[in-house]
Amino acid sequence: MKAFTKHTGTLAIINRENIDTDQIISKEHLKSIKKTGYEKALFSDWRYDDEGKPNPSFELNWPQYAKATILVTGNNFGCGSSREHAVWAIIQYGFAAVIAPRIERNGNTIPGFADIFKNNSSKNGLLTIELSQEEVNRIIQIATHKQDVQVTIDLTQQSITFNTEKPQSFSFKIDASTKNKLLEGLDDIGRTEKFADTITTFETKHNTYL
Amino acid sequence: MTAKTIFEKVWGNHVVQALPDGNTLLYIDRHLIHEVTSPQAFEGLRLANRKVRKPTLTFATMDHNVPTDNRTSIKDLIAKTQIETLEKNCKEFGIILYGLDSDKQGIVHVIGPELGITLPGTTVVCGDSHTSTHGAFGALAFGIGTSEVEHVLATQCLVQKKPKTFLVCFDGNLPKGVTAKDLILKLIGEIGTAGGTGCVLEYAGSAISSLSMEARMTICNMSIEAGARAGMIAPDDTTFQYIASNNRPFAPKDKKLEKAISDWRILKTDEKASYDRQITIDVHNMEPQITWGTNPGMVLGINGVIPKPEEVRSATKADVESALKYMGLTPGTKLTDLTVDVVFIGSCTNSRIEDLRAAAQIFKGKKVSPKVVALVVPGSETVKKQAEAEGLHKIFTAAGAEWRNSGCSMCLAMNPDKLKSGERCASTSNRNFEGRQGKGGRTHLVSPQMAAAAAIAGHFVDVRSWL
Ligand code: SF4
Repeated sequence: MKAFTKHTGTLAIINRENIDTDQIISKEHLKSIKKTGYEKALFSDWRYDDEGKPNPSFELNWPQYAKATILVTGNNFGCGSSREHAVWAIIQYGFAAVIAPRIERNGNTIPGFADIFKNNSSKNGLLTIELSQEEVNRIIQIATHKQDVQVTIDLTQQSITFNTEKPQSFSFKIDASTKNKLLEGLDDIGRTEKFADTITTFETKHNTYL
Repeated sequence: MTAKTIFEKVWGNHVVQALPDGNTLLYIDRHLIHEVTSPQAFEGLRLANRKVRKPTLTFATMDHNVPTDNRTSIKDLIAKTQIETLEKNCKEFGIILYGLDSDKQGIVHVIGPELGITLPGTTVVCGDSHTSTHGAFGALAFGIGTSEVEHVLATQCLVQKKPKTFLVCFDGNLPKGVTAKDLILKLIGEIGTAGGTGCVLEYAGSAISSLSMEARMTICNMSIEAGARAGMIAPDDTTFQYIASNNRPFAPKDKKLEKAISDWRILKTDEKASYDRQITIDVHNMEPQITWGTNPGMVLGINGVIPKPEEVRSATKADVESALKYMGLTPGTKLTDLTVDVVFIGSCTNSRIEDLRAAAQIFKGKKVSPKVVALVVPGSETVKKQAEAEGLHKIFTAAGAEWRNSGCSMCLAMNPDKLKSGERCASTSNRNFEGRQGKGGRTHLVSPQMAAAAAIAGHFVDVRSWL
């Protein structure tokens, strides 16, 4: 997995809530046995019309977003199926990070990302950033006002900086283990294999009922 | 000793190592795999020159891609490659496979319990979000991504952050015509599709203890639609009887079973244990539920009307507007006035023998509306055989419904069973996302009884008036 330290790019905004993995990558694209080749499949039901031509009303087809590498979206992004293909498609399309808001509604907190999606992202070097609704609104405002604005995400500093005349910054939280994993591009299996003896000891006294 | 919930007990029994970063290395007792989310994991093993640590703890079947009519010749060549790849991988790594030629093949979440693979107190994972189904046995069961599939294959462990606990109490006696499917849809309507994020749900209360194992599976199955990765129900005599019944090759037998049951009895949540969150739902006055929108939280009782965008508190006005547009619905329309084109009875939520019996009870002696195509797809070949032994297939076909081989079928439109754009479907599956059953297809999630009644009437009906 590729390490993530710092990334600079422009934003694309798809301001919808609950974008599920069926939309991110629809099932016709899940039949491959490969881990690559998913860039064209990203959001395909929204991105193309029935004849396979780009649908001009879908955000990612807007010219101002053509080179975007950071996706800003609505809460509960990535809900639904566990398919890791969703994360592969986002990365292979060219996104390095996704930003989504945590919102409060009827006394409940709704997170920016669904659990499995967030987990899958961290294993593939895709940074998921959860901010408050106000912060995301401000980001959308800045980016709508100045569409080609360059944004730098610094994972070490946990900051998002708009390289405007007067730079504007946001800071974000991330749990320490995900941060480390992304910074170092670590392979989870390799880390677990260091505990091989502990696992063997555990197995000798553990009943699997098989 | 501190009081513990069932989740905390099962979790505690599987901690291999607490990791310095706060995560836990958790032991996995059962790993289920299927053709869609495993090929890249095996490829990863090969590239890194790794082996499968415990091949006997992984079980494979194929379900998502499988045609449900003629399965001997798969026309979709890419799907065929995926199926053959699973065969090849299982052979190479020594994993047992219930393939297309097996009389035990079926949807992974249907065959796990059927074969006695799923047991109380175990940890069960699969590269599929509906792995939550297996929690009905008091197992800690959750869906994982392909990287984690590879991790389990290589190490028989997973690195996990301990989730929070959330008690869901369903109190009261279930009214006639109201099923497990209605309970879980109601819950999702209450807490929303992200309401359980980061949590393991525990379902309890008088309405749960009176449910059969199959009904409990229906509830746990859709925990993921409430945002929770897992749902659990404490095992009881209903659970033990299910496990002890015939033909569960992987379940413990005789003395071993007795010993296991005594272990399992102490799994239930201690009286004084506390949860991070809890909710109680009174089931007395519940109606059969039906989703009207494009996520399972957009749900109402069958006697409701399509809401106005500003009336829906659980979603933004824009999202409701877009859902109504996609679904082709006008606010104020009675749900019972919605006509259906297709009826799908199947999926890991509702394709077990009891679901088929419930549907057959409605179909019996009646005819599917001439405007409707109805599909009944058993969850496994075992279910299929049982249904045929009981003559249920004759009831379905006499009514004019199609009787298929087992598989995921129209639940996800990855195989030839799909909706056409604009078609409206009464479906017993679990997701009503845009395009889930086919691009442009419109899904309404309901129980098997409600789906069967819609097939006959040609529109949704309150099935209680038919019982
Ligand atoms: S039946 Fe549907 S939800 Fe269940 S495993 Fe198959 S595709 Fe997934």
